[in-house]
Amino acid sequence: MSPRYLLRRLAHVVPAVAGILVVAFVVIQAAPGDPVLALAGQHGDAAYHAFIRQKFGLDRPVLEQLLVYAGNVIRGDLGHSWVHGRPVASLVAERLPATLLLMTTALVLSSLAGVLLGVAAARRADRPTDLGVRLAALVGYATPSFWLAQLAALTLALGTGLFPVQGISDARRAWTGWRHALDVLHHLALPALVLAANELALTARLVRAGVVDALGAEYIRTARAKGLPERAVVRHALRNALLPVVTVIGGRVGMLFTGAVLVETVFAWPGLGQLLLSSVQTRDTPVLLGLFLLVSGAVVVTNLLTDVAYAWLDPRIRYE
Amino acid sequence: MSEILRTPAGLAGGALTVALLLLAALAPVLAPADPFASVGAPLMPPSWSHALGTDDLGRDVYSAILHGTRTSLVVALGVVAIAATLGVFVGAVAGFRGGSVDELLMRGTEAVQIMPRFFLAVIVVALFGPGLDRVVLVLGLTTWPAIARVVRAETLSLARREFVDAAHALGATTGRVVVRHVLPNALPTALVVISLNAASVILLEAGLGFIGLGDPRAMSLGYLASNAQRFLRVAWWMAVFPGAAIALAVLALNLLGDALGDLANPRRPSRGRPA
Repeated sequence: MSPRYLLRRLAHVVPAVAGILVVAFVVIQAAPGDPVLALAGQHGDAAYHAFIRQKFGLDRPVLEQLLVYAGNVIRGDLGHSWVHGRPVASLVAERLPATLLLMTTALVLSSLAGVLLGVAAARRADRPTDLGVRLAALVGYATPSFWLAQLAALTLALGTGLFPVQGISDARRAWTGWRHALDVLHHLALPALVLAANELALTARLVRAGVVDALGAEYIRTARAKGLPERAVVRHALRNALLPVVTVIGGRVGMLFTGAVLVETVFAWPGLGQLLLSSVQTRDTPVLLGLFLLVSGAVVVTNLLTDVAYAWLDPRIRYE
Repeated sequence: MSEILRTPAGLAGGALTVALLLLAALAPVLAPADPFASVGAPLMPPSWSHALGTDDLGRDVYSAILHGTRTSLVVALGVVAIAATLGVFVGAVAGFRGGSVDELLMRGTEAVQIMPRFFLAVIVVALFGPGLDRVVLVLGLTTWPAIARVVRAETLSLARREFVDAAHALGATTGRVVVRHVLPNALPTALVVISLNAASVILLEAGLGFIGLGDPRAMSLGYLASNAQRFLRVAWWMAVFPGAAIALAVLALNLLGDALGDLANPRRPSRGRPA
């Protein structure tokens, strides 16, 4: 990977970030009523509104307002929630770990299982295993995450009682140490599996397509001709098939956040989903704007990271 | 086009999509009850009089699902219409003009493509109040990039073909060349993306309804699913059927998209024989 590639890729971040800030700003300005209501929320008194008006320079020309807004956001100032009486950034930071735990668990589970299923399907292309995996992937991809969550809650939690229905830990037992960790894991299982199911479907499809593609390539014929065992041949093919999986993670972060937020709502998982839901109910717009900016930022950063990882893994990628 | 129906996936996807469109169009006729009217005892399980049961207010779940499907498809069609128009325009201009125009448009496309559509739609509904029009608009204005990309790629590869040169030589304007010669060739690939986009829009609309941001004047499948959340323990039918309707609609459009994709790229080896 050349430094030139890295620089050009980094330069792409600028229009992306600018686009996000402009979109947020335009939505605030276009909203019915005074933009101060969007920036402060439906709550707060006249003095607070005057403070917001002054802070965001709402009496200045529009272009200056945009710059002030962008400056505030870039410095990490996402505004203030009047409902919670706290800065949005700290509210979000407080809820983020639970959501990240859910998302990373789901991502790891879905990647591992997706690769295994994809390889199994590709090795038996067009036979029952393959058709089964492809059908399951189609159905898994089409299933709304919150519905799968409700089905899991109905059957596995309410039906069998094997899993807790809600929350991140058992409120009746204030466990500490490893018992607490096990308790959290127990609560994490269902939401993580549900969230993983959507991602799993996509990963399995991609891996299958990639491995089937690779298995038809010349270098695989060479590997087979050398008399390599089938396992080693598949490993050769997998290396190339995994590349698109890496990039797709970058493109999926926004959807993963969306899925997480909805699944959290069903299982009362105390992450960003709960914050989103309560802010929707109280029309706490500064928090909602903050969540949009956070997820957008996460998408920009992961896209950058996966592109760089891709270029590093695949030496054919060059910018000319 | 009839070739799509020769593969099982295409047949299933096509038939399901047509069935859904018919159900949505005829919902007011087919639904046995007003979706908002209380027509029976509350929380009744599926029975002869209410095939999919009733909800907490005694409303007929089957009628609500029919009307909810109608709302989903209306939103999907509206979004896809806006997205396809924008995407085809941006893609064709970028591909035909090339150079710095292309560079600029593609950077813009990337910037829009990374927007988290769900969270943006949440803000718009929270600020502007609920309503299908703004949901269609905000999703339409953010769903076009994938379409623009495939149209651009097709345009790039077509723009230097001889039949395009011939059309130019015969005095056709660029606009005419694009509409008459480039777009018909780009259409199969664009249709794949369009049907997959429609599927994703149905999921997004359902998600908005689920967190309580649907249009209260229009029945929505997401709203039904969120209402079911409070009665999970006592009324499984309220949760199971609306979600199943969403999954079926999304599956239909995905199957259709896959079949169209196989048709657009018959030689693509990665697909194997269609399932």
